[in-house]
Amino acid sequence: MKTTLFAALIAGALAFPAVTNASEGPKLPAQKWSFDGPTGHFDRAQMKRGWQVFKSVCAACHSAHQLYYRNLVELGFSEAEAKQIAAGDNVPAGPNEAGETHVDGQPIMRPAQPSDKIAPPYANPAAARAANNGALPPDLSLITKARKGGADYVHAILTGYKEPPAGFQLQAGMNYNEYFAGHQIAMPAPLVEGAITFEDGTNATVDQMAKDVSAFLTWAAEPELEERKRMGIKILAFLLVFTALLFALKRRIWSDVH
Amino acid sequence: MSSEFKNPVIRWIDHRLPVFTMMEHSAVTYPTPKNLNYWWNFGSLAGIVLVVMILSGIFLAMNYTPHTSLAFDSVERIMRDVNYGWLLRYLHMNGASMFFVVVYIHIFRGMYYGSYKDPRELLWIIGVLIFLTMMATAFVGYTLPWGQMSFWGATVITNLFSVVPIVGDYIVQWLWGGFSVDNPTLNRFFALHYLLPFVIFALVALHLVALHQHKSNNPTGVEIKGDRDTIPFHPYYTVKDAFGLGVFLLIYLGFTFFAPNFFGEPDNYVAANPLVTPAHIVPEWYFLPFYAMLRSVPDNFIDAWGILPIIISAKAAGVCIMFGSIILLMFLPWLDTSKVRSANFRPVYKWAFWLFLFNYILLGYIGGQPPEGAMLTIGRVSTFWYFFHLLVVVPFLGKYERTLPLPESISAAVMAKESK
Repeated sequence: MKTTLFAALIAGALAFPAVTNASEGPKLPAQKWSFDGPTGHFDRAQMKRGWQVFKSVCAACHSAHQLYYRNLVELGFSEAEAKQIAAGDNVPAGPNEAGETHVDGQPIMRPAQPSDKIAPPYANPAAARAANNGALPPDLSLITKARKGGADYVHAILTGYKEPPAGFQLQAGMNYNEYFAGHQIAMPAPLVEGAITFEDGTNATVDQMAKDVSAFLTWAAEPELEERKRMGIKILAFLLVFTALLFALKRRIWSDVH
Repeated sequence: MSSEFKNPVIRWIDHRLPVFTMMEHSAVTYPTPKNLNYWWNFGSLAGIVLVVMILSGIFLAMNYTPHTSLAFDSVERIMRDVNYGWLLRYLHMNGASMFFVVVYIHIFRGMYYGSYKDPRELLWIIGVLIFLTMMATAFVGYTLPWGQMSFWGATVITNLFSVVPIVGDYIVQWLWGGFSVDNPTLNRFFALHYLLPFVIFALVALHLVALHQHKSNNPTGVEIKGDRDTIPFHPYYTVKDAFGLGVFLLIYLGFTFFAPNFFGEPDNYVAANPLVTPAHIVPEWYFLPFYAMLRSVPDNFIDAWGILPIIISAKAAGVCIMFGSIILLMFLPWLDTSKVRSANFRPVYKWAFWLFLFNYILLGYIGGQPPEGAMLTIGRVSTFWYFFHLLVVVPFLGKYERTLPLPESISAAVMAKESK
């Protein structure tokens, strides 16, 4: 009884982070994700659609600093395709034979290679602010880990644009979003129905695009997720059996203690 | 002595360097009370977690760059491009939380069964020193990934030292190596984070020397009186500890593989930015009770004392209370004057103990909430009770509590339990 009480208290103590800082906004609608649960995995078709949304919509303003073009192979692209995607972007070429990195104040560029990081839309944060009304579009490579709610949060933000309620004072250049802290977000609604045509023929609704890109960003933040969960199941299964054996051994060894 | 070993090589070595005799004495034949329950597993578990932390940490250090412009990305490189780097890093992150879970249980076990009493006062004090060193290690370690919480947590905590009279600001600048938390701070924190675990290791060695001097306490709190009270450590407690380790690993690795960021703050996946303050600066969960105490002193309370504001500010009072709460633990062996160790035979202290534990967990909850309204009031009452328990309840009960009759010996208690 006391033991259970103690255990319950400790469990309660462990649950702290879960109860701290109740979110300010409304509750995020929970979505079903293929990567949820102990056997979760990434849906390769969804990953490719998500990449398409990211590349043609998000990447216009947001960087994904931690990702390399070579990582796209993990999404199901072939090496040749990753090479081709990389070649479509330009990155600073570095010093030429004369030791120059810039010509006429402009950086010398070259086509990207798989070993390059995914090219950012702006040269630096100042340029990003200058182009976005003073707001800095955050880097998206860790966004699902950097926000409470993860993929659900990203999906909610992307689909949470609404008319502001009567009497709400919206500042100039800001947009009303139900799920953003303070409800004022600098980013205008990025997704418009049918704005892109999915290569696999999926109907490009706002909800579909938001889901796909949220799933893609989850992979971007946790590319190890599948390997982690697969390994975890094997190790925990082994430990379960091994611990049961140890328990049997313990009882047997202790059977002569009086 | 050395002739006990059959293997000639071991006998040769042991004759010159008696390490095998030492191991034999302290881990094989070592007489251990036969009635230890599972709460006694947490000492050895803590030792194992320390080793896991040191090993995973050494490999992480091989791939980490302690520079403000590279640290965050170097951690992400570990997560993405280093072979099993994500595993090392998640083991280390969750290992820190598990270390505190295990050590908290170990400490509260000691409090319940009176393990700190004569002749184990130094054993307890070394334990408190280990706890303090762990907190310092965890704090500097949390700075290393250089996320938002790393940076702002480091800023808040280092600023606490500014309350030291006259030289406070100089101490803070000295800690920082500059005029704010910056690259020199990160560099020295990395050096300290590598050093302190070995200090802990040395303290653990002393902890064990002190433990083996008078052997383990036990659930009855009655000293070992003869061979009938003990069993050899091996195989009885080696197998029991191994089973406990299995259960512990299921929980630890469960978090590591399936909820690796459960104990973390999302803000720490945003690179440190000195120009943007997070909405709530929250320390890691294991610091929350102390964080609640730190924030519990009201400004006007101090002002009401008239002369006090000149000597001590509310901030200084908060810092004193926070550090005092741990320093006070060192005096527990003398605050508790009861001759009876185990709470099993102390009907009133037993309830005081559970209330103290509940109060401590409540403090942790308060520490995670914004300090306003009811939360602040509860936090103040809780902080008061923490000190009231240690300074008033414990000495009072030691003097006036009517304890239950103790069993004659450990083996008598075991026999009585079995005949029931």
